[in-house]
Amino acid sequence: MIQAPDLPVWAALLVGLLVLAGAAVTLVGSLGLLRLRNFYQRVHAPTLGTTLGTLLIALSSIVCFSVLRSRPVVHELLIVVFVTLTTPVTLMLLARAALYRDRIAGSTDVPAAELEPTER
Amino acid sequence: MTRWLPNPVLTAALLAMWLLLSQSLSPGQVLLGAIAALLAALGLAALRPEPIRVLAIRPAIRLAGLVLADILRSNLAVGRIVLFRKRETVSGFVRIPLDMTNIHGLTVLACIITATPGTMWVRFDRATGALMIHVLDLVDEESWVRLIKDRYECLLQEIFGP
Repeated sequence: MIQAPDLPVWAALLVGLLVLAGAAVTLVGSLGLLRLRNFYQRVHAPTLGTTLGTLLIALSSIVCFSVLRSRPVVHELLIVVFVTLTTPVTLMLLARAALYRDRIAGSTDVPAAELEPTER
Repeated sequence: MTRWLPNPVLTAALLAMWLLLSQSLSPGQVLLGAIAALLAALGLAALRPEPIRVLAIRPAIRLAGLVLADILRSNLAVGRIVLFRKRETVSGFVRIPLDMTNIHGLTVLACIITATPGTMWVRFDRATGALMIHVLDLVDEESWVRLIKDRYECLLQEIFGP
């Protein structure tokens, strides 16, 4: 750790493990984009990166800078909060666009439009 | 609340966020943050006239714990599906009749459902109160309806009102 020479071994280990775990969870989510079958299934996978992946990497940052500065540094939690609050916007937009496309294409795999009064 | 402090909860949350971002508790930052939070709350009141009322704190804390546990659990579940599942995963849409009409409660529910891997908010019809979600690993539709209604909706109604 050239960038953080003052970090004790136990903290360096903890930070490294947390970053690795967060990166691994995000990687699994990205693999889901390849492995899952259709659009509606694939859109679930990246949520792993935006929840547990972000949380673990933010935790490692909290541990690292709290130890380095010898005081609690917790503003990284705001990243977790903001990511959680903003993902629904894009996900809903994507899901509804896909639903609209599939209905126009006459797909039988999606719920029909007659139950939605606003689209009549 | 009053004309000049329309959303006390939101104002306090924004001030807390400001102080966290600036990482200081100096009087100058507190004053600046308070002004920014107040202006933002007034702006929101102009855009969204329905005020945010938090009726109870205890269910809010319980909900936060439940959601955190659910997010961790479904992260593992979705990760397992991605990595190990060989057979076709059955996923599909579930229609849930909601009783809640409070827009702030619905907003939080949308964040919860979308932030939890494996479930996604697709659309909500205000006229009928019907919510449509998409579930990655759909085994039993009825259990999902019960889960959303019993686990989240009643707590949210306790927090924000019906």
